[in-house]
Amino acid sequence: MRELTYSEAVREAMSEEMRRDPSTFLMGEDVAVFGGVWGVSEGMLAEFGEERVRDTPISEAAIIGAGLGAALVGMRPIVEIMFGDFLMCGGDQIVNQAAKARFMSGGKAHVPLTIRVTTGAPGSAAAQHSQSPESWFMNVPGIKIAVPATPADAKGLLKTAVRGADPVLFFEHKMLYGETGSVPEDADFTLPFGQASVVREGSDVTIIAISIMVRKALAAADLLAGEGISVEVIDPRTLVPLDKETLIQSVAKTSRVIIAHEAHLRSGPGAEIAAVLAEEAVEYLDGPVIRIGAKNVPLPYSPVLENFVLPGTEDIVAAVRLLVRR
Amino acid sequence: MDKQTYSPELLTHLFRQMTLVREFELRAIAERRGGLIPGFIHSCVGQEATAVAACAALSQQDVITSTHRGHGHLLGKGGDPKYMMAELAGRSAGYCLGRGGSLHIADFNLGILGANGIVGGGFPIAAGAALAFQMRKEARVALAFFGDGAINEGTFHESANLAGLWRLPVIFFCENNLYGEGTPQHKQAPITDLARRADGYGFPGVIVDGNDAIAVYEATQEARRRALAGNGPTLIEAKTYRFRGHYEGDPQVYREPGELEAWQARDPVPAFRARLLASGLYDEAQLAEIEASVQAQLDEAVAFAAAAPAPAVEEALQGIYADTHEGLVF
Repeated sequence: MRELTYSEAVREAMSEEMRRDPSTFLMGEDVAVFGGVWGVSEGMLAEFGEERVRDTPISEAAIIGAGLGAALVGMRPIVEIMFGDFLMCGGDQIVNQAAKARFMSGGKAHVPLTIRVTTGAPGSAAAQHSQSPESWFMNVPGIKIAVPATPADAKGLLKTAVRGADPVLFFEHKMLYGETGSVPEDADFTLPFGQASVVREGSDVTIIAISIMVRKALAAADLLAGEGISVEVIDPRTLVPLDKETLIQSVAKTSRVIIAHEAHLRSGPGAEIAAVLAEEAVEYLDGPVIRIGAKNVPLPYSPVLENFVLPGTEDIVAAVRLLVRR
Repeated sequence: MDKQTYSPELLTHLFRQMTLVREFELRAIAERRGGLIPGFIHSCVGQEATAVAACAALSQQDVITSTHRGHGHLLGKGGDPKYMMAELAGRSAGYCLGRGGSLHIADFNLGILGANGIVGGGFPIAAGAALAFQMRKEARVALAFFGDGAINEGTFHESANLAGLWRLPVIFFCENNLYGEGTPQHKQAPITDLARRADGYGFPGVIVDGNDAIAVYEATQEARRRALAGNGPTLIEAKTYRFRGHYEGDPQVYREPGELEAWQARDPVPAFRARLLASGLYDEAQLAEIEASVQAQLDEAVAFAAAAPAPAVEEALQGIYADTHEGLVF
């Protein structure tokens, strides 16, 4: 299988879906001529033309809401929001409109709207360009949330999002765009939502890692293997729906669990996962559920400060040692 | 006037639907007092001409986005009072199976993309529907109803700008009823003729007497022609007035003395009735027959809603996503 970057995988998924279905199009700030500020849609304007790869004004509410309106009358739009932080500018259209349209209409509305958005800290981007806002939306029934960590997952999950009939927030981590990995070439390769991936098998401790933390958890697992600690790494891949069965099965095997995400710790995705485990897997646990996330402060600019606030491989390693030696 | 230009079908339609909207609102208010309807009612009594005549200028395939004051828009676009009343009563026989209520009624087959509980929530949705029509080269338009309060929301600016930029087939239809909730329009914006705002987006803004059904119809028809010709949006500002509170139960402390009475003297429904009689096309008996048929339809609607069973509680857990994922936390 050929290798692609995460960025190329996202582009391939979009391009394949646009070739497959004329009702799919892409719009967002700088997605056409610029090729996306992250370069994800480079070359797509040339292939699909300005009708289907649309630069928009800097108007997040209009971008998301127009995507919703187009979806309600039969299109399958992909809209790009440049930074997760900017989702708040279009927040009403996500939370009060797109997420609720199907339910409020008695199930009649179909909302095949994919909102691609970047997440995470790219380095010294400071407090308004670095957040991981996934869990803000986990409290809103009606929206699905994908957090791919690998190029193959990015491709497979994005194609599922575009082909579906529900609004999806698709979080692409900025620091994963250059990551490479094997990606199936099959134009019908899709991955189901609600199916976690066992990224690495182990027997002593489970690390449930989200988005970029998968990479850091794998690095931690390598280090810990040298100490004789066997780490299992599970990537939920989608937060809504959440594959709790796979998480619980892993915890049943290892009896120890750490949840790692780059989002702020307080009420981050780990809070929900920890609660699920407390309710449904407490009998398997030999110790506390440990969460690792960004410290509860706005993300700072200075690299020294930012590094201190963000969770890293060393935080995972320290937590595993603590759990295993209890 | 009407004799040369307008067919009896259209005139009858306008009169019947305006009467239906007025009487529907009065019935809903009574049924809320009587306990059949549990939720908010934001009635559009006094604004029947805008709702009905604007929709009359649209085709079946055109779409609308509506507002919290949307019963008139929905009836204008062909909504069935039976299913509306059942929805207001929270029954599963209602348009939204009792999950939406007054603020969220939608019927995609009728091109009703939804009433909306969020002021200004419908602008981007209408723009997006219009974008779809433009991309698919369909001869359809999207009309966004909104009030003088909503035009101060950021979504108006974003959507009007986008629609002007891309020449989308949208009609921004402002029902300027002089109040945004409980605050007068002149305390919410530095200008009183809101149609002027269209200039900033590069499309025309027109002012129309919102209590004159024919004027509303003509303005909307012209805006629709423009949109279908590829000339982009129009902002229509229909000057009108709401006779009742922002919601039923609103103490209405904010009105100027004599203001309500002055507008009631220009009540659009009797005004249109008088105009039909004066035209010589209709006699009293014909109009009374139409009015009686409206009452009969509403008797049926209320009886239908009252007889409809309440939803089963499990229905609250359905219709959130297109698919279900057994055993997964949602």
